[in-house]
Amino acid sequence: MMLQLSGVHAHYGAIHALHGVDLAVQVGEVVTLIGANGAGKSTLMMAIFGQPRASGGRVVFDGEDITRLPTHEIARRGIALVPEGRRIFPRMTVLENLQMGAVLGEEMNFEVDLKRMYSLFPILEERCAQRAGTLSGGEQQMLAIARALMSRPQLLLLDEPSLGLAPLYIKKIFQIVRQLNRDHGMTILLVEQNAHHALRVAHRGYVLQHGQIILSGTGLELLANPEVHAAYLEGGHAAATPQPVG
Amino acid sequence: MAALILAHHQTSPAERLKDAAAVAFIALLLGIPMIGLLTVDQGGALRIATRWPALFAFVAACFVGRLVLRYALDQWRARQLARDQADTPAKEVSLATNPLLNWIGWVALGVSVALPIVFAENRYVVDTATTVLIYVMLGWGLNVVVGLAGLLDLGYVAFYAVGAYTYGLLSTQFGWGFWSALPVAGAITASFGVLLGWPTLRLRGDYLAIVTLGFGEIIRIILVNWTELSGGPNGIASIPRPSFFGLPFKPPGDDPTFASFFGLEYATHQRIVFLYYLILVLALLTNLFVSRMRRLPIGRAWEAMREDEIACKAMGINARNVKLSAFAIGAMLGGFAGVFFAARQGFISPESFTFSESAIILAIVVLGGMGSQLGVVLASLVLVLLPELGRDFAEYRMLLFGAAMILIMIWKPGGILSHREPTLRYFANGGRR
Repeated sequence: MMLQLSGVHAHYGAIHALHGVDLAVQVGEVVTLIGANGAGKSTLMMAIFGQPRASGGRVVFDGEDITRLPTHEIARRGIALVPEGRRIFPRMTVLENLQMGAVLGEEMNFEVDLKRMYSLFPILEERCAQRAGTLSGGEQQMLAIARALMSRPQLLLLDEPSLGLAPLYIKKIFQIVRQLNRDHGMTILLVEQNAHHALRVAHRGYVLQHGQIILSGTGLELLANPEVHAAYLEGGHAAATPQPVG
Repeated sequence: MAALILAHHQTSPAERLKDAAAVAFIALLLGIPMIGLLTVDQGGALRIATRWPALFAFVAACFVGRLVLRYALDQWRARQLARDQADTPAKEVSLATNPLLNWIGWVALGVSVALPIVFAENRYVVDTATTVLIYVMLGWGLNVVVGLAGLLDLGYVAFYAVGAYTYGLLSTQFGWGFWSALPVAGAITASFGVLLGWPTLRLRGDYLAIVTLGFGEIIRIILVNWTELSGGPNGIASIPRPSFFGLPFKPPGDDPTFASFFGLEYATHQRIVFLYYLILVLALLTNLFVSRMRRLPIGRAWEAMREDEIACKAMGINARNVKLSAFAIGAMLGGFAGVFFAARQGFISPESFTFSESAIILAIVVLGGMGSQLGVVLASLVLVLLPELGRDFAEYRMLLFGAAMILIMIWKPGGILSHREPTLRYFANGGRR
């Protein structure tokens, strides 16, 4: 088991955002977490990183309890995050952004990894001297992913990578997710609102609602599930909210 | 009157005519009493004479002038627009080094080295230049904290004061020399930097600014009130001046002095020029040090922290260490400047370290363009020389000063030099610098 969350609770001040979440990611898997706005998806993602720190339950990564570790120590264990809204360093160049991603890595790996990123995302090589803030949204997302990969992580957390992107870029992003997993054996936890794409890419999926996991299964199972279909794949009518199963 | 409002769009010729006509109309209204009518003294009685041709000329000049001005503004704006559209991607790629900036930097260096040679006899010029350099150094120090690490520090003068008092006390109480006190003062101010940084680690932006503001005041008030240590409001007097490798700048006496050693006639300007070169070297070392730091991982981490703290932590960067190092190094550089200040003045008191000093140093960093080294130099020149040049304007001096700051911020919202040099770039041949 690469990542195991058991009974994780999280609070934002007085707001109880996660109510005992159980979730697991196996080595080599793409696992997706879908849910509506405000369901707690991003909170869960950030709670893995201790921002906010889980107020109950345990987060275990690679056999080690990381629940109480400071954020940067968690990153050092081999988890990389592509945060929601990309959060690239806008006034630094593309190259410097990639270099920041490689802060933990060995100096000698830098050139090799850089070449690898340029072949995955050719646009970044073209723009390497440009300020990252001047890239388009899709390009920034590519940069955010490449930056995360520069640390050679064991587990990649992707938080809503398709948010606010043009359909063409959304397709590209999911292609890259698939490619990273298939060709490079990358283990990925993917948080998405775009359930349709996410479930097709993922081996397994979880559905989060009001801070609780209400459904889980393989990607195809969830895609075929009528409740998921009604709630997340056809505009998500409030009336058709899925009920907890078993 | 609507036509008069400064149009922010391209105006058509008809609009320009209307605009100019409106201006001419106002000129006419104002001109009738001011130009058109003239009182003349005719045998003791006042008579009103008219000057219609002059009024007509005035109105016509206003009309034509406005037309030309409007046209020129439009042309200028159109060119600017075209440039903005043309540049974005193309220009950004070639952003590499800006040769003009490099050139300005070298010229500034040449001028600063030559200045005391040219103005050797003019004490005022060298003294003012020394003051500029102190602010340049302070600006470069604060630039680490504010410009690079993005931590808004309103109490920077506290470190300046700690440096100055450390040297003042070490030299007057324990007989330490300038050179031995310098590193000690640096270490002490750096620890004061950590002292300020530690409790403020979780604060950002406005909240951090308030705490640093308070810190600056605390240090000043301690200096005023702890009379046994600091001499209170009376300050510390007769602080020894730095010597030239052990050779003091004194009138000839028993011990060898600078003048006697080199077989020169003793003159006070030798000390003034020496002090100038001393601060120049200190400032250049500071610059070298900071530019070098920027290229190291720690410097890049400072900048990344300024851009996005959460993303930084997720990259595995220890935010605490990065912030504390920025505070410590910024403080240390301020401390060095303080040591020099004490040695140059020979007298220090809490009055030299008020909040307005902090504000001026911060203004230098912001006006210069946050994070820009050369910008700090230009801004210090402006902010030190303006009040000096403004001495003729007596009480309007600060008004002039304020107006200049406002104008710079309007024209150049990102500071005089908002251009940021990348710290790493690859050349076509794959070489790295």
